[in-house]
Amino acid sequence: MRYLPLTQEERKEMLQSLGVDKIDDLFTSIPQQMRLNTDLDLPEPLAEAELVRHFSELASKNNDLKSSVSFLGAGSYDHLIPSAIKHLVGRGEFLTAYTPYQPEITQGVLQSIFEYQTLICELTGMEASNASMYDGASALAEAALMACAATRRELVVLPASLHPEWRDVVRLYLESQNVSIAYLPYDEATGVVDAKAMEDISWSEAACVVVQQPNFFGLLENVGVFKKVAEESGALLVMAVDPISLSLLKSPGELGADIVVGDGQSLGNAMGFGGPSLGFFATTGTKLIRRMPGRVVGETVDTDGTTGFVLTLQTREQHIRREKATSNICSNQALNALMAAIYLSLMGKEGFKDVGYQCLQKANYMKQRLLEIDGLSSPFSAPSFREFVIEGDVDWEEVNMRLAEHGFVGGLPLERFGQPGRVLFSVTEARTKDEIDSYVNLLRGLIS
Amino acid sequence: MTKRRLVPLIFERSAPGRRGYRLPDLDVPEVPVTELIPSEFLRDEPPALPEVSELEVVRHYTQLSRLNHGVDVGFYPLGSCTMKYNPRVHEDVTSLPGFAAIHPYQPEETVQGALELIYNLSEYLAVISGLHATTLQPAAGAHGELTGLMVMKAYHEQRGEGHRNEVIIPDSAHGTNPASCAMVGYKVVEVPSNERGAVDVEALKGLVGPNTAGLMLTNPNTLGLFDENICEIAELIHDAGGLLYYDGANANAIMGIARPGDMGFDIVHFNLHKTFYTPHGGGGPGAGPIVVCKDLAQFLPGPVVAKEGDRYTFVTPENSIGRVRSFYGNFLVYARAYAYIMSHGGKGLREVSETAVLHANYMMNKLKDVYQLPYDRTCMHEFVLSGKWQKERHGVRTLDIAKRLLDYGYHAPTVYFPMVVDEAIMIEPTETEPKSTLDEFIEVMRTIAEEAETNPELVTSAPHTTPLKRLDESRAARQPILRWEKA
Amino acid sequence: MSEQLRFTKEHEWLLVKGDVIRIGISDYAQNELGDIVFVDLPSVGDTVEEGEGIAALESVKAVSDVYSPVSGEVVAVNEELEDSPELVNESPLDQGWIVEIKVDGVAQTGDLMNKQEYEAFLKEV
Repeated sequence: MRYLPLTQEERKEMLQSLGVDKIDDLFTSIPQQMRLNTDLDLPEPLAEAELVRHFSELASKNNDLKSSVSFLGAGSYDHLIPSAIKHLVGRGEFLTAYTPYQPEITQGVLQSIFEYQTLICELTGMEASNASMYDGASALAEAALMACAATRRELVVLPASLHPEWRDVVRLYLESQNVSIAYLPYDEATGVVDAKAMEDISWSEAACVVVQQPNFFGLLENVGVFKKVAEESGALLVMAVDPISLSLLKSPGELGADIVVGDGQSLGNAMGFGGPSLGFFATTGTKLIRRMPGRVVGETVDTDGTTGFVLTLQTREQHIRREKATSNICSNQALNALMAAIYLSLMGKEGFKDVGYQCLQKANYMKQRLLEIDGLSSPFSAPSFREFVIEGDVDWEEVNMRLAEHGFVGGLPLERFGQPGRVLFSVTEARTKDEIDSYVNLLRGLIS
Repeated sequence: MTKRRLVPLIFERSAPGRRGYRLPDLDVPEVPVTELIPSEFLRDEPPALPEVSELEVVRHYTQLSRLNHGVDVGFYPLGSCTMKYNPRVHEDVTSLPGFAAIHPYQPEETVQGALELIYNLSEYLAVISGLHATTLQPAAGAHGELTGLMVMKAYHEQRGEGHRNEVIIPDSAHGTNPASCAMVGYKVVEVPSNERGAVDVEALKGLVGPNTAGLMLTNPNTLGLFDENICEIAELIHDAGGLLYYDGANANAIMGIARPGDMGFDIVHFNLHKTFYTPHGGGGPGAGPIVVCKDLAQFLPGPVVAKEGDRYTFVTPENSIGRVRSFYGNFLVYARAYAYIMSHGGKGLREVSETAVLHANYMMNKLKDVYQLPYDRTCMHEFVLSGKWQKERHGVRTLDIAKRLLDYGYHAPTVYFPMVVDEAIMIEPTETEPKSTLDEFIEVMRTIAEEAETNPELVTSAPHTTPLKRLDESRAARQPILRWEKA
Repeated sequence: MSEQLRFTKEHEWLLVKGDVIRIGISDYAQNELGDIVFVDLPSVGDTVEEGEGIAALESVKAVSDVYSPVSGEVVAVNEELEDSPELVNESPLDQGWIVEIKVDGVAQTGDLMNKQEYEAFLKEV
């Protein structure tokens, strides 16, 4: 096998040193009746060149978005990714290390996490961030559980405008611990939750209220409405945010959020069919910080007085507190967090603002162009950022199939989420005016 | 006072107006922002991100990387983490646009290659585990545990036995096992280890009962020992109406040799970043798929991929518990595991495990005269020594030995785990190391044992040659500094 | 001062002041735990049962629960420990006290050890 360096001669020598004749003698503790007596039924091994061919063949059966133009979003976004990122995260010292258990020889990973934590704090306006979670959805579920533990209450209030897959993840996590869920309907005209929606909730039992900003439809929620009920009832305000939108929008910290989570894919990570990305998780105040799930890096000094970094506040974690840990998370998405940190460093203060600005302008441009087409309308009136919903008496699946021939992957038909006739478009800075115009013209030809 | 640092923080390199990336000029007509978003939504100042050039970013992260140990740099015998070589071709094939640049909501017809990969990998993991159906959704081992326990719970509830709320876990188990139980509301019942380092079956008999939901077991266990009584254990749990959960953290010992399904397990998770060659990335991303027996397939998170003729399609299992993550899990991670299986085939995987076990036994045998070996029997892919002799005789603790190893250019083994061994040193050499590396490491471990005897101060004050000396962890925890702030 | 303290086999001490009992850990216990980096205190007003965890002492890599030797209501916590957990190490019997509990009825301290008895007990451990 190509990755096994042991020679026949060495193998013999090792067996001899153990006083056994054959490898099988090392497996005698496995009861005979459960040992396999045939080879695993798997394909014959491929040489590297054959493996590359096999993967190329599989890849060619996928319609990739380098050769097509896509307006898909809904949690996974086609943003520009600076070249330097893949070269830096490809360095073996990052790629082939594990959790930095020995700080003396893992300062590279530790410092990069410390910087990542700082960057997330800058975006969110929170005091502390952990080293990453699996994705935005599971980070939100953990935030809801943390709110329950912190408030000793067992009701979580979710907006109906939350991404449906995130809602499913949160629901499963909460049901497993018998936490109740109440839903806030969104207003059909604006597409966002308003004060009316807050009326039928037993707030005194609520551990937290969640708001997704922008929401699943790309619309901006009035966070003040959520903050008000949270403040009055002692529930925590949990915000699930899109990191790119924070280039323009008020930080959750300014809005009074207690816990902020989100998915960091759009920060320099490939779409990769939905993963891996990273979940970010930030909070504020000593009490809540000590309840955070996941790894956290802190600054300290070594015996010579040189500043360095270590994993800290570890007593929250499973390897110490076992069933009383704040979460079971162990491996996280460190390399993806590193990509996010490099992305934010490359973009910098001005560049990051440009990304948000261009998304906003291009999305608005496309929205206006689409609304020029007879029969299409915008069902929601709230302001939007990078995504928006269009409505019309159109079979959007059919439209997408037809336009695929022209190299377009259209928007996301919302029929699968129970909203026939509606489609969710996402327009990032990676789209050009030409692409938008061509799509709109083709669409007009198709449905007019 | 300025802090002395090895590498300045990226923020400390910042200069107003500098940038590391430029977007193409905006090519659509602009509308004032406040016409699109009311000003009360907008922030006054953009986030204070560092302002640095591309070269500075590249240099910064290159300098940081040089402070870090990885498998590419040197031996990494971190027990229970299976730090083997990560083939570079996996990085190439998974960065093909046909995998890296596809969107999870593209129409199925346009991602048939991705679905085929998911389908094949699901099948292969079922073959390797001797079980029936797979979900690739969990993002890491602990996430797999959580998913598996949720499936366990759904099974009992469907049978009207929702009262079962106890999961039995050996005292040598990973911390994630009890933590995962707590996350599904299960009560942890701990079963002690016997004098052979395995589950104490007599004690187990007293713990099994009408409330038993299941048992979680790593086999080989965290001592690197195969539990010979697994048949009896499985029977005990099944007779009581419980399910058997296999923590696959140590699956590197058994591929092609024995299968969890044949041992009686009903649910297994694999740590693809351990057993199946995917890089650990400084702490992740991993992938923690679970494979379950036929009766449990109906509960798996959805969607999973089915094959209909020549076409692959997403389906949701009939009584699916729901979702544990958005989309389909860490696709680009498990695609690497698929590449690994395709490179090895059935025979190759067996050879991997055989070699891993041979390496571990070889090392254990050459060290057990200088370090106490609490369970002296043939080990599997890893073994646990104790630093007890060094502590009692010379006042040198396992932590000191671990730090001294850093001076010799190695990553330390896992230390102080499992907790059933005093001053534990858990060594996992893996199959990809050449014999010369194993011999050198053995030599160094013997040298350190000698140093502990002749010059204990040298060991207790280690490390001496690393970029930083020992760090003050108490200080970090007492007054946590978790982010940089502008002075 | 330490002459008035009564010790438990769990290495906690009690100081009885009427129906209020002040609780801390012994010098032996703080030494075993190592550097205390955080003390998780209860809230004033919490009610506790005898044998229930009332506080947790955290070192870098371990957590140790403090169990209440009595039932009652928490009437004071040592807020100094929030910023200076090291007081438990530096002054375990005095400034490092942890909580005060107002007991239901009369405090039973009969089977507790005085200083000399506790020191003898430690020799056996």
